[in-house]
Amino acid sequence: MMTIKKRVAVIGAGITLFRRRLKETGKELSYHASKMALDSAEMNLSEIESVVMGTAPDAFDGIHMKSENLLDGAGGTGRPYMRPFVGGGTGVFSPIAGWWHVASGLFDTCLVVAEEKMSPVQPHPQTAFRTIWDPFTTRPLHPNLVWIFALEMNRYMTVHNIPKEHIAEVAVKNKGNALDHPSAQLAAKITVEDVMNSETMVWPVQRLDISPPSDGAAALILASEEVAKKYTDSPVWIDGVGWSLDSSYWTNRDLYFPQYVAEAAKMAYKMAKIDDPPKEVSFAEPYDPFTYKELHHMEGLLLAKKGEAPKLTAEGVTQRDGKLPICPSGGLLGVGNPIAAAGLMKCCEAFWQLRNEAGKRQVDGAETGVCQAWGDLMQVGTVTVFRR
Amino acid sequence: MSEKMKEVPGIYLRDAELKAEDAITFKWRPNAKYAWSGGIAYSRYLAELKNGRIIGRACRECGRILVPPRMFCDTCFRATDEWVYVKDTGTINTYSVSYLDADANRIKEPILVAVIDLDGASEGIGILHYVDPKVDPKDLHIGMKLKAVWKPEKERIGSVTDIAYFEPLKEG
Amino acid sequence: MSFDKNTNPLKLHHLVGDMEADYIYTPGVAGDKFFKALRDDEKFLATHCESCNHTYMPPRMYCERCFSKLDKWVEAESTGVVDTYSLAHEDRDGEKLAEPVIVAFIRIDKTDGGIIHQLGGVDHESVKIGMKVKAVLKDKSKRTGGLNDIDHFAPA
Ligand SMILES: [Zn+2]
Ligand SMILES: [Zn+2]
Repeated sequence: MMTIKKRVAVIGAGITLFRRRLKETGKELSYHASKMALDSAEMNLSEIESVVMGTAPDAFDGIHMKSENLLDGAGGTGRPYMRPFVGGGTGVFSPIAGWWHVASGLFDTCLVVAEEKMSPVQPHPQTAFRTIWDPFTTRPLHPNLVWIFALEMNRYMTVHNIPKEHIAEVAVKNKGNALDHPSAQLAAKITVEDVMNSETMVWPVQRLDISPPSDGAAALILASEEVAKKYTDSPVWIDGVGWSLDSSYWTNRDLYFPQYVAEAAKMAYKMAKIDDPPKEVSFAEPYDPFTYKELHHMEGLLLAKKGEAPKLTAEGVTQRDGKLPICPSGGLLGVGNPIAAAGLMKCCEAFWQLRNEAGKRQVDGAETGVCQAWGDLMQVGTVTVFRR
Repeated sequence: MSEKMKEVPGIYLRDAELKAEDAITFKWRPNAKYAWSGGIAYSRYLAELKNGRIIGRACRECGRILVPPRMFCDTCFRATDEWVYVKDTGTINTYSVSYLDADANRIKEPILVAVIDLDGASEGIGILHYVDPKVDPKDLHIGMKLKAVWKPEKERIGSVTDIAYFEPLKEG
Repeated sequence: MSFDKNTNPLKLHHLVGDMEADYIYTPGVAGDKFFKALRDDEKFLATHCESCNHTYMPPRMYCERCFSKLDKWVEAESTGVVDTYSLAHEDRDGEKLAEPVIVAFIRIDKTDGGIIHQLGGVDHESVKIGMKVKAVLKDKSKRTGGLNDIDHFAPA
């Protein structure tokens, strides 16, 4: 069924600060990330043949059709340019779209940019989520987005009998890891008690279980094998991609397990010829907008058996120096969550880790990294496998 | 970020700068209005709610009874076959206790919400709804039986809110 | 399933609502400098890319052609040339205006860009493409920082 014409490499990456509000416009942020990525690959814009722009709902920036607005900042002027969109999953989906631009043989280079500016929407970015619901069955109940996470978290905790303290360990680890990330918004040294004592937002979700809303951008440069070798001796390969969506009727699914992430992971592992993910993956960057989501997604990524990710976390296996480091970047909980840019930040981290450029964040012996994002109406899994 | 990069671009704009007297900001409220029509399945669903009944659609191929009703089955990808009434009782699939309103403002009296698997609908075909706010959250548990509390007939408008909330089912 | 020809959604079972949210936008690095210079000093600032020999109006902090960072600011003129124009008889919600408004794209002198704005002091019989115009700013006390600090462009 599938013919991959070219192996695809990542040869550059760039990122901005992540903050609650940045002075730059979305275009300017896109420019900064893109320019850093180009500079790191020692490339000029004129060498870019195609551009993929990943950015989540227009309702955050408050600019309808915002990818058209962002075009020039992403280097898209006069080039084949597109915006793939799968809500919160967009950050990891955009390099997948970039991958097929190159793997198909259509282009030799592709600049992948992701941007989010969540600060314009008032009184809170949550307001933008008021209008994602079905107007007949759900919107009349005035849901807050956090409800569905809380519902999912309760189901997950109850089915597996998971203590909240084990889930809280994720916030401690990620905010701690983020202390070494120069872009980080909420890096901190905290304890499990701090998480357990933080105010309850929507039970069982507490303040320190949640990632912040942010402004920010990130970028990657993809190239075909022949072209990559002209620019670098240490390309990072995209060896597997996968994505899958489950039913939009989220109340019709069993929320304790993200089947769609498992489907996406199986697709990506098959392509990357990975048979035993926990053994063959050196580190992973699963999507962690909430503490429990990291655990949920580790299980979806088949890196832990169902219900066992919390135990592995409590035992320290997922620490940066553990057997299976998870979110060595600091994740969304620590670095911040400018939706699409946060997903691409994870792919940038995989690139830096596999090039041995992550500095204090470096994971020893990193050979294979897996990045994953999640979103839409809590129904999409997007997965990318990177190798050195 | 790569250790080879020295500076992270971006200028943090703090609240004080945003609110400074000489700051340049543009305020905007989109003023678009919408009229959504309910379609075949939801129109009947909402009309039945006004009558105090919950209706679904059945797919003969997979045997599922879908609530809210749909005119096609998304797994078999064929038209559903018939209208089926389901009960207004069900089981908590999961629940939570919200101290936030729709704009993320804190509220004192929490909102109790649950995914409820209705009796008569297929397993796992749940709906989202409120639980009686008088219930102590500590008394809720997954697997608990609930029953719909309907608004008085005169107040019903053909909406999911024609059910005020679900309350614990009294035995017998 | 049935497919009828009713095109009025209000005749069917329907709900009405909105997609409302409030926004506060900030103009960014280049925009902030541009609007402050216009508001406080009545100056039109542009950025110049040396490698492309291109002057951006409104100014940008980067060149979209060669992707250089632009930090060379130049003062442009408050005059320009009508590049094209149109007569608007309706406002943005489709309501009829008492008087048609002349909307024009004005190429700003000494730059390669321009601004879309209204023309004043000229009627729609005598407006012409190629006409020289000059920005008329609002009274300083009425300026808020933004394109509306320019009241209109009038024949120079
Ligand atoms: Zn079926
Ligand atoms: Zn240039």
